[in-house]
This record gives sequence, C-alpha cells and structure tokens, in this order.
Amino acid sequence: MDAIIENLPRFVDGFLMTLRLLVISGAGALVLGTIVAAMRISPVAAFRGFATVYTELLRNTPLTLILFFCAFVLPILDVDFDYVTFALIGLTFYTSPFVAEAVRSGVNGVPVGQAEAARAIGLDFRQTLGAVVLPQAIRMVIPPLINVLIALTKNTSVAGGFAVVELFATSRQIVQLRGDEVIPIMLGIAVLYLVITVPLGQFAGALERKVAVLR
Amino acid sequence: MTSVLYDVPGPKARRRSLLISILGGLVILAGLAAIVVMLAAPRVNAGGVETPGMFDPSRWDILADRALWRTILQRGLLATLQMAAVAAVGALVLGVLLSMARTARTAFIRIPAIIVIEFLRGMPVLLLMLFTLLVFSTGAYWAGVIGLVLYNGAIIGEALRAGINSLPRGQRESGLAIGLTPLQTRFSIEFPQAFRQMLPIIIAQLVVLLKDTSLASIIGYQELLNIGLRQATTTFGSRYLFTLFFVVLAVYLAVNLLLSWLARLLARRTASGRGGRRTKQAARVVQQLGGAGMAGTQLPVTFDDRSGGAFPSGSGSDSGASGGSGDGGGNP
Repeated sequence: MDAIIENLPRFVDGFLMTLRLLVISGAGALVLGTIVAAMRISPVAAFRGFATVYTELLRNTPLTLILFFCAFVLPILDVDFDYVTFALIGLTFYTSPFVAEAVRSGVNGVPVGQAEAARAIGLDFRQTLGAVVLPQAIRMVIPPLINVLIALTKNTSVAGGFAVVELFATSRQIVQLRGDEVIPIMLGIAVLYLVITVPLGQFAGALERKVAVLR
Repeated sequence: MTSVLYDVPGPKARRRSLLISILGGLVILAGLAAIVVMLAAPRVNAGGVETPGMFDPSRWDILADRALWRTILQRGLLATLQMAAVAAVGALVLGVLLSMARTARTAFIRIPAIIVIEFLRGMPVLLLMLFTLLVFSTGAYWAGVIGLVLYNGAIIGEALRAGINSLPRGQRESGLAIGLTPLQTRFSIEFPQAFRQMLPIIIAQLVVLLKDTSLASIIGYQELLNIGLRQATTTFGSRYLFTLFFVVLAVYLAVNLLLSWLARLLARRTASGRGGRRTKQAARVVQQLGGAGMAGTQLPVTFDDRSGGAFPSGSGSDSGASGGSGDGGGNP
C-alpha cells in the first residue's frame, strides 16, 4: 500500500491525462464520426462511397499502427506536435468509424413507416425530422455511443506506449520505482480504469432501459 | 433506395444528386491529390539537406527486396498469427468455462464469475498484458497471449451466455425430460446451438483479437508491427519508414478484411434464417454489455436488417446488432 500512498500525485496525474484523452478525443470522434455517418446515409453516391471506404479501412487497422503513424511517420512529413496531441489525433481518427457505425445504425433503425406516417399526416420535412425521426434515432444511438466511449477509455492505454504519461504509462513508471509492490500498484491502476468504465456502462444500461423505443 | 430520411428520388432529385455526387467526388479527389502532391514534394531538412519526396523511387525500391518480405511475412506476420491463434483457442476455452460459471445455478459459482467477467471487461487489454508480464514474469509472448485470452475470453463468455439465454426454454426442458443430466443437456443440446447462433459475433471478436496482438509490441513482443516497422527500419534504413508503414498496413488490412468477410459470410449462412427476434436481442445484450469493445459496432450480424437492402455496398449487413436497429423492421 505504501507505494500507492507515496505516489498518489502520479496516480492523479495519470488519471487526469487519461480523462483528458478520453474527453477530447471522444468529442473529436463524435463530431468526425457524425459527419462520416451523415455522408454514409446521404443520397449522394460519392459521399457514401468515400465514407464506406473510410470506415472499412480505419476499422481494420490496429490502433497501435495508427499511433505509430502519428508518432513516427508524421514527423518525417514535417508535421510536428507533441505526443499528447498526436495521441489525441490518433485516438480521434481511430474512434470515428465506430461512432459513425453506431450513429448510422441508429438512424437506419427507425422504420420507414414512421417517416411515411409523419408525411402522410401532413408534416413537412423539418417536422418529420425533428418531431418523429430524430427523437427515435437519438434514443437508439446514445447507448451504443456510450459503449464506444467505454472502449475508447480502454484504448487510451495504448497512448501510454507512445510516450504519453497516462494511467498505463504511470503504472510502468511506479512499478520501476517500487518493484516490490507490483500487485497493489497494478490493482490501483485497474481500479482507476474501472472508476471510469463501470459507471459509464451502468449509465448506458439504465439509459437503454429508460429510453427504449418499444415496437 | 429507401431511407428514413428521404423519399425515393424523382428525376429532378436524381439529377441533382448526380451533380452533387460528381462535385463532391471531385472535392474528395482534389483533397486526396493535394495530399499526394504534398507527400511527393522533396523536403529540405534544417541542415539544408534535401531528402527525396515520398514517392521517389529510392524510397520504394525496397519492395523488390526478397529479404524484406521474408522479414515481414515470414517472421512478422507469422509471429502475429501465432499469437492470435493460440490466444483464440484459449479465449474460446475460457469463454465456455466463464459462460458455464455465469449460468450456474449455485450463487457461489455465479457471483464470483460475474465479478471476474465485469473486471476483465472493464480493463484495457494492455494492462492485463503488463500485469501478467510483471507479476508472473512470463516473457512477452505469454504475457500477450494471456492478456488476450483473459479479455476476449470474458467477452466470448458473455456472447455464449447471451446465446444460451436466447434459446427457447423447451430445448433445455426436453433435454432434462429425456433423462440427460444438466451438464449433458448443456453440452449436447444448448452449447451447440448457442455457439452456432453466436458464431458471427465470436468471429468478429477474433478479428479484434488479431488486431490487439499489436498491443503486445508495446510490452516487447516481436510481431508484425515491431518487426515490420522498428526492426526493418534499422536494417534497411529509416528513409524507408514511410514505405514500410504502408506495407505493414496493407498486410494488416488484408488479413483483417479477409476475416471480417468470412464472418459476414458465416453470418449470412448460419444466423439469418433462424433466430429472428431472440437472436437479435442476444446480440444486443452482448453489444450493450460493452462486450465486443469497439467491435460492438462491428458485429457482422445479418438479421433481416433493412439497411442491408438500402445500401447495395453490401456493408449494411454489419449494422444489425448495434443499437437494436433492424429490430422492428419485419416484426409487428
């Protein structure tokens, strides 16, 4: 236990860095992913094709490879940021196709009949979208989106392998200082991850039950 | 083309959409071309030394080198596949065990199983690997394998459990009625069906597992990424880094896309005809449990998903399980 108490500030720093990676790249991925999803469900064929290729390629590339690209290949191309920014960029791009898929499946999950019925009773495009389609789509999209964010939380650990001092890298550092207390240190780090992931999961589950659209 | 958001387009809308399509396509192409031109331009270092552009032949001649392919494919890819194969078998075994424990009737077995599964699912794989490496000093290979087995085993376990829960109750009852023990019922009646129903999800998870082997490079295992990028650049020179990146990327994409395609094929052949609503719910449970991690949205399940028809790209099939889409389509 001593090792944890001694290194409390480091734990806190690592935790805050993990949170920062999660919040910023999560927000970035939500924006980027929504744009890609919009392209994917738009009537314009060129956008659909581009979005499909983008999703398929990024989704099948390991995050490690993407972060490697950011950390070691981009500098050759004269793109120079610090490692934290690179990690934020890499995580944003890696997460965006998963966001896009969640959003797309939610919007497509609204039965056509709903929009048809809305139009049949004389609602115009804006009313159809705002009062009928979007409310249902958003309800179905949020729980899977939270799942994506949970996965992102776990993925931030990969940034720790690329010189970003977040929780995973912190655990390595502290273990090097206090090799005699490996297990308590690792468990401490594990708990800090669970502090983020478990409540998010509970929230997603509760939300899913609460806003479920019954059909 | 039917979608929630717009009507079947008429001639005018189709013309407009074609116009936007061409313009949009041109914009996208122009963006890509700009990147290519930027990459191709030679650049001058701080020291005034000019290095050739990224598409200069001197950066790509390495592709003709046999030694490179031997290094990347024979050593790198092999090491990656080896780890993935061993970990996949382990994860399947652990998954079966965990799903058994999770559905046990005794609370003494069930509750610890729930805790273990929850714990493993909420952990980064990388941390599990590092933990194994440090605590059990197994060496990077086994640390990687064990980390992958623990994480993916928990998720496959949940998938199997959802599969078992989705079976009609009569399956188990009739097994017991003809005099099988509960264990026999489970193994000869319930598991085969659950496994078959969840096969696409399990394969999707195996794709994730294959991708995650690259995490082992962080704890020092020599796999595709490590050998293909770090080692190869020290052997062949760092000016090839850019080229090598694309080679490694291509190898990963080839393997992963092949597996994803296989999962979709299997999904179409096994799950589509049967199951219906119950399977959908089971798939959703897994996804919702945070299951398949990122792959949650990648479940290649083809329950009569409407969007499958709406998007001729053939990739509509993979949206079935997430967010409970597709549900409702055919069901009253």
